[in-house]
Amino acid sequence: MKSRRRILQALASLPAAGFLRPLAAKGALDTAQFDQAVTEVFGPGQRVTPGRVTVSIPAISENGYSVPLGIEVDSPMTQADHVRELVVISQSNPLPVIARFQFGPRSGLAKVSTRIRLADSQRVYAVAQMNDGSLWSGYGHSIVTLAACVI
Amino acid sequence: MSDSPTIRLSVPSTAQAGELVEIKVMIQHPMESGYRRGVMGERIARDIIKYFRCSLDGEVIFQTQFYPGVAANPLLSFYTRAEQSGTLLFEWIDQQGVTWSEQADLMVE
Repeated sequence: MKSRRRILQALASLPAAGFLRPLAAKGALDTAQFDQAVTEVFGPGQRVTPGRVTVSIPAISENGYSVPLGIEVDSPMTQADHVRELVVISQSNPLPVIARFQFGPRSGLAKVSTRIRLADSQRVYAVAQMNDGSLWSGYGHSIVTLAACVI
Repeated sequence: MSDSPTIRLSVPSTAQAGELVEIKVMIQHPMESGYRRGVMGERIARDIIKYFRCSLDGEVIFQTQFYPGVAANPLLSFYTRAEQSGTLLFEWIDQQGVTWSEQADLMVE
């Protein structure tokens, strides 16, 4: 009887814990991985301006092993003004960098989509480097119900 | 990894000059992250494709570096502006340097 009560108590506390976690995460935004990844890819002391990058990701991902991700950068993609590189950065995967895409003026449109793994509910950032060297970023957030097993 | 993974391409065979062409490619590959553990608790070794490159008659149009955060059977969709007819070459290179490739012809009218 005692163990049954303990199990029931544990079960009752589960949903509460589940609801509290995303709230706590929203309170203190963890950008350490993002900053680390930007330094790793583009070098230290880079200024990233929010804007020009749109990240499309489902608000709720039922399967963290395969999450559809679409990114579009607002750029005319001409010889004089184009996106050189686009980096996808995860807020809380074990490895911050997920993928890097390199474009050229021949690309015509700086739009790419793929499928990624997410280890947890998190923000997914995309940082675009233009041919003049400026960095622009955007992000999307996804709640993951079945996380990609990483441990 | 089998010697000849399934590669699927979606490339239009013809395009108008100056038209934006969407290209979709997929290769069959487990993209083993190196973070999973097997039934005995042993770590499953990392096995991923690291590079993808798409070139038109030798000129690189689009390239990608993959990391373990990319899902199995990596799918990519990207664009190119059709300017001249030619052969598109798609290449995937894994962490051991093994290369798989596929070609498609694009006719520009």
